[in-house]
Amino acid sequence: MPEETSKRLAIIALHGTMDLAYPPFILATAAAALDMEVAIFFTFYGLEILKKGKIDKLKVPPIANPAMPVPMPNILGMLPGMTSMATMMMNKWMKKAKVSKLSELLAMAKEMNVRLIACQMTMDVMGIKKEDLIDGLEFGGAATFLEFASHNAVTLTF
Amino acid sequence: MIDVTPNQTADFSGLACPMPIIKTKKAIDAMAVGEVLKMISTDPGSVSDVQAWANKTGQELLGHEESGGKYVFYIKKVK
Repeated sequence: MPEETSKRLAIIALHGTMDLAYPPFILATAAAALDMEVAIFFTFYGLEILKKGKIDKLKVPPIANPAMPVPMPNILGMLPGMTSMATMMMNKWMKKAKVSKLSELLAMAKEMNVRLIACQMTMDVMGIKKEDLIDGLEFGGAATFLEFASHNAVTLTF
Repeated sequence: MIDVTPNQTADFSGLACPMPIIKTKKAIDAMAVGEVLKMISTDPGSVSDVQAWANKTGQELLGHEESGGKYVFYIKKVK
């Protein structure tokens, strides 16, 4: 008998920084290519990724991040302009490695029928309206995500 | 050398993960059962990823070759 494998991937995207926006989209699109059904649940700062015109403008903060390719001491990372500088460098490295832009991965995810679910509760908490967000989203709460995930999904949180 | 005549060739050189896999899936989707895709990638991760993709989707990786920083895969659409 063939081994039972999971056909679903359920991802929670919790953060609105560029580095943490990548893994949900890379894994979601790869899973879709593996014929898996995929949903990403965007909650708290993860909603930032879905704001209109925002996805390619997310930043990487150097502060409290000793793993940056060029590590920056916190005392410098806290200075004005350092987050923009770190983001610019990171974008340069990503481009050099020919990594797709987040907007390209988002378009691919939509095309491959990845479900993009915006957390209604955190939208209310943070004063985010549906019209602030991109098209093609679903709006729901914990139960929407859990119902999807409960069908034997691999579940990841970023 | 893999002794097979591909029905189609797709060159995904320069693309980074996960694009080679995504584009491979799209290419295979557009082909007929029994046909063979020759896929070229420069992403070293493809060696592991294409095999994993084939395992998961049930398509057949006939084999792969490496030369001059290029990875060449022969994938048969079996379903």
